[in-house]
Parts: sequence; structure tokens; C-alpha cells
Amino acid sequence: MTGLRYVYAVCRPFGTPLQAELTGVAGAPAALLHHHGLVAVVSTVPEADFCEEALKAHLEDLDWLAATARAHQGVVDALTTVTTPLPLRLGTVFRDDSALRTMIEAREDDFRRLLDRLHGRVEWGVKVYMEPEPAEPEPAAAARPASGRDYLRSRRARSHAQEEKWQRAERFAHSLHERLAERAEDFRLHRPQNSALSGTPGQNVLNAAYLVPRAHSEEFVELVDRTKGEAPGMRVELTGPWAAYSFSGEESGGAEPGAVESGTVESGTVESGAEESGMAETRAAESGEEKAGQDR
Amino acid sequence: MIERREVALVDLLDRLLAGGVVLTGDITLRIADVDLVRIDLNALISSVNQQVPSPFEEPEEPV
Repeated sequence: MTGLRYVYAVCRPFGTPLQAELTGVAGAPAALLHHHGLVAVVSTVPEADFCEEALKAHLEDLDWLAATARAHQGVVDALTTVTTPLPLRLGTVFRDDSALRTMIEAREDDFRRLLDRLHGRVEWGVKVYMEPEPAEPEPAAAARPASGRDYLRSRRARSHAQEEKWQRAERFAHSLHERLAERAEDFRLHRPQNSALSGTPGQNVLNAAYLVPRAHSEEFVELVDRTKGEAPGMRVELTGPWAAYSFSGEESGGAEPGAVESGTVESGTVESGAEESGMAETRAAESGEEKAGQDR
Repeated sequence: MIERREVALVDLLDRLLAGGVVLTGDITLRIADVDLVRIDLNALISSVNQQVPSPFEEPEEPV
């Protein structure tokens, strides 16, 4: 059986060896490939599962995707304990070590620049949710509206209350984001998550990542903790520390598509423009959520 | 942090599919090329990857 090289991350050489039992995608042990003063963290994956067609097919399989994502993250997570890795996007596969070396040579300037930029930093994820309504007693049951006009009036009052709740949520999310961004070196706004998919209660109104020096992480976490319970009806969730996934794309503007290998160069799926769109998209996501819920 | 809960898959995919260094490998998982059939997976991936239009925002003409 032939093997392909799955790449997790690129790092600077680090003194400590990898944990002996560190396994990656498909259960194979992770290994280091040194080249040009950089280290690629790789493992061998079966071609049968990781050739293009197989990858496409596997992507239809949520369990496979979840297992692969967790294995990828497991390796990157282990690296963050010994160095500052530059994590790669899920599913980056090379035919052999020599193709991998060629890629390192072609991109080494980018890698060094990003590694310098991220050195000693971690990413923290902060999400803000609007708590779901406490199940309101159906007004229809208790007090039937006396007339059509009463009905419309109470409907209007409810939608007005809903609108106000949205505005409060957005104000809170903005103010929290501003405070956190001030303490962070950089941030990215991810699209708010669809709660039908995340399985978390409430509407996600802020889904942000902050780049924070490791040395300031404790302070940052405390700052987030203090805001929990600050606004009624809002929930703040913290995840991390993550390797700086959200900050490993090319910066918007300066991005040159690195035409390395033959084949299609993936267009930049960097978070460019996300700053503007992140929060505004929350409402649009809401309508999708209901439909997604039905299809589950 | 005292408790370490398992990282939610959506949080993971926010980062692993929308973040990370993009390299053109010999084989690259190009989400946009994949004809996703499962609605939850489709929504999950498009929710983290803006390159993939959400199937919900603009319902397409039935084929």
C-alpha cells in the first residue's frame, strides 16, 4: 500500500522530541521532516483514503470529518505545548517527502514571516449567545385576545421586544469585542454559528478569535470571565488556547497566491472582509437555522 | 481552566476549514468542489466557509 504525506503544521525546529505516542490522522504516528531550517509535522496516510476522490467522498461523512479534524487538532495541540506551530488547513496532502520539500522551499519566506508574527502567541475564541427565551406561556391560552386589533397589538409588542433584545445583544457583543480587541494583538470575526448545527442553545451573535501573547493569556481569560453575567440574557463562551489557526492565512491585501505545485491554486479563503460582515450576518443565519433544524 | 470539555466540532471546523495556512498540496481538500449531499454537513461547512454559498440564503431553482 502506498502512503501519502499528510501535513499538520510547519514550525521552527524545537528541542524536544514529539511524544512517542502522538498519533495523527488515520492513527499513524506523527513525524518531523526537517528542511531549510523549518520543520514540517507529517504523518503517512493511506492513498486509498486520501487521494482526491476518496477525500471528496469522505467529506460527505460527518463522522470521518469529525475524526479527521480531531486527529489534526490533536497533533497541532501537542505541538503548541513545545513550540508555536503554524497550523495548516485540514486536508493538505503531498505525494511524498520530496514534494513536501519543494513546497517548503517555495513558501519558506511566508512561513518564516508568519512564524515570527505568531511566535509566543495563542488564539482565544470568544462567542456571545443570546439566551433562548424562557418558554413564555402562550398568551393565546391564558388570555385570548378579545379582538383582531388586540391580537395585532400584542403581536407587534412581541416583535418590538424581540427587536430590542437584538439591539441589546448587538450592543453587548460590540462593546465586549471592543474591550477584547484592545487587549489582543489582532482579531478575526468568524461567521456566527448556526445553533442547529452547534447544538448550543441560543443565537450566536459574536464568534470571534483573538490573538494574544501567551504571557498575557491569563489576563485575557480573566477579562472574559468578568464579563460573564454582565448582561442579562447573554452568554459568553471562551475556547482555547488554540494554535493561531485564524491568523495563519495570508493577511488580506498582501496575499500573493503562492503558485507552488501544478494544479489549481486555491483562492484565498482568508477572513478578508470578515470584520465588516461577521456581526451583520447573524440575522441571515437565523432563518437558515430553522430550516436546518427540520432536516436533522 | 478547570474542566476541559471536548472541543465542539463547529469550533474546530471554524478553524480547520476556514483558518490555517492554505497550501496547494498534491492533493488539496477543496471544499468548494465537493458536491455535498447531506444537508447538515452542507450547512455545517458553509457556515464556516464563506466560499461555499449557504444552501439556505437563496434557495436555488429545483433541478
